[in-house]
Amino acid sequence: MSENAVIEVRNLTMKYGHRVIQQDLTFSIHKGDVFIIMGGSGCGKSTLLRHLLGLNKPAKGKILFQGEDLWQKGPSARDLIMRRVGVLYQRGGLWSSMTLAENIALPLREYTRYTRREISELCELKLSLVGLAGFGNYYPAQISGGMQKRAGLARAIALDPELLFFDEPSAGLDPVTAKRMDDLILQLQASLGATLVVVTHELASIFAIGSNAVFLDSQRRTITAAGPPKTLLATCTDQVVLQFLTRDGSAQLPA
Amino acid sequence: MKNHTTGFREQIIVADKAILRLTDGQEGTQVPVLHLQGLWREENCLKNLPELQLSAAGKLSFDCRQLADWDSSLLLFLRWFLRRLEEKGLQWDESSLPAGVQRLLQLSHTSLPPDEGNLVEDRNFVQSIGEWCWDIIRISHNILAFTGELTLTALKMFLGRTRFQVRDVIQQLAIAGPSALAIISLIGFLMGVILAFIGAIPLKWFNGEIYVASLIGIGILRLMAPVMVGVVMAGRTGAAYAAELGTMQTNEEIDAYVTMGIPPMEFLVLPRCLALTLMLPFLCLFANLMGIAGGMLVGIYYLNLTFLEFYQQLIRTTKVADLTVGLFTCLVFGVLVSACGCYQGLYCSRSAEGVGKAATEAVVNSIVCIVLATAVITIVTVIVKI
Repeated sequence: MSENAVIEVRNLTMKYGHRVIQQDLTFSIHKGDVFIIMGGSGCGKSTLLRHLLGLNKPAKGKILFQGEDLWQKGPSARDLIMRRVGVLYQRGGLWSSMTLAENIALPLREYTRYTRREISELCELKLSLVGLAGFGNYYPAQISGGMQKRAGLARAIALDPELLFFDEPSAGLDPVTAKRMDDLILQLQASLGATLVVVTHELASIFAIGSNAVFLDSQRRTITAAGPPKTLLATCTDQVVLQFLTRDGSAQLPA
Repeated sequence: MKNHTTGFREQIIVADKAILRLTDGQEGTQVPVLHLQGLWREENCLKNLPELQLSAAGKLSFDCRQLADWDSSLLLFLRWFLRRLEEKGLQWDESSLPAGVQRLLQLSHTSLPPDEGNLVEDRNFVQSIGEWCWDIIRISHNILAFTGELTLTALKMFLGRTRFQVRDVIQQLAIAGPSALAIISLIGFLMGVILAFIGAIPLKWFNGEIYVASLIGIGILRLMAPVMVGVVMAGRTGAAYAAELGTMQTNEEIDAYVTMGIPPMEFLVLPRCLALTLMLPFLCLFANLMGIAGGMLVGIYYLNLTFLEFYQQLIRTTKVADLTVGLFTCLVFGVLVSACGCYQGLYCSRSAEGVGKAATEAVVNSIVCIVLATAVITIVTVIVKI
């Protein structure tokens, strides 16, 4: 496989118990990509994300992080790899007993040598990057869902990760906020130079930010299309993929 | 860290790999240039940022041609540095910073419309007292409302007009009753043993070992078994009710019941209260048996009484009223423990912390209620000589 693959997935089969979720998944994510994992509801997108994050163990196949197998080495090696990774969970995943600033400060305190003052400065900086300057002393329950997601993003970029995972970044947000979230993701990606893996089924997001994608088919339980989303729309002949990308023919196609 | 001052005004600060140089630019032009060089990463970032002597001459510009790599530590430094410049009224030119840095700095300046989020203002002392009183009123109101609604729902149940499912009650009965038997029998048995051992100490002074049987009879039936069963069930089932309903509240499941027109009081609270209240006397009966067995064991093997002596003394001095008062007490505990659990669950705040707090409060409130109820029942029964 090519040199600059950040993540390589080889012949991955995912199972819950005896139920096969997806099988024979093979793809690679390159440095600087905004990689979209798409598919209908219940096709195993989030399960794939959990596998990439090392939360679930593959039933078969391998997941390589820059050539290193997540599951070959012990849990401590996995932790080390995971430290270079930031995740934005579907509902933010903010720790509810901590303020936003404390949420961001925790990984900084645990993994860096910044002083207490530098950490509080950094928290403020990260919050201001997602447009939440001055909200450091709020608890997650005190802010709106969209703000929680942005705060989750601030926490995800706390350690300057090389790799950022997003689970449905725009789900549950209104179109304007969702668009702003997409813009923010793109801007951060361009500035930080990180590789992004986005799990989503929002068509607008897929075409707006995706540079590469895979489509998981819930019937055939494997990848049925791979490539840049706009190219897929133009060239793909698979009916299921086309239905998805055109919203069953009703969506306005992107220019 | 070295600090050079060379002939023509140039300050160089070297810390591991991140390098910062301030020069006067091309000789003669008097335009200060800040050179950022090397690796600006967290592990070798500059600690104890030095005082840079800034002259007011001209716009400061940056030179990042030798900047190898950077992360948030560079942003941190720049924010600090630019703030200093601003304080001193100096000007700078950002255009020679890396594009990513410029974008991030720009992004960090755009802020949200201020109306988003609900601000919590700082309170002064008087305000916080007021808030505290208000909280007490609010909580009392909640408790009253809950008690009233529960009573009405119970009345409705006796009229046969509630909508709970019998299946729910049976399920709750199974959770509250049989699965608690093991712990209840262990604790009941040990209570009997302990009470007999401790009671034997003063009774031996009077050669009245035989009265251990009366002590066990009255003590276990009337007090120890009901209280211990109540406390165990508060920790076991009361906390479970609070956590379960609290999580449902957090998941908006309770709201879903309300908007469907199904009162959670009938559908969730009543089956639980009913199940626990029905089950506690039975558990208490079991604890009674185990407690007496424990006491009897001590009487026979430690105090050298015979089985018959112990049995006759027990029958002679223990009244049926001791048993019924104990069982009635347990019935009351059932109502109190389940009500405390369900109340805390329903009024739980919507967070992980809130659920934990609800479970804790449920147990604490239940135990306080148990002790209070025991005191009232004991005093009343003694006065009216039951």
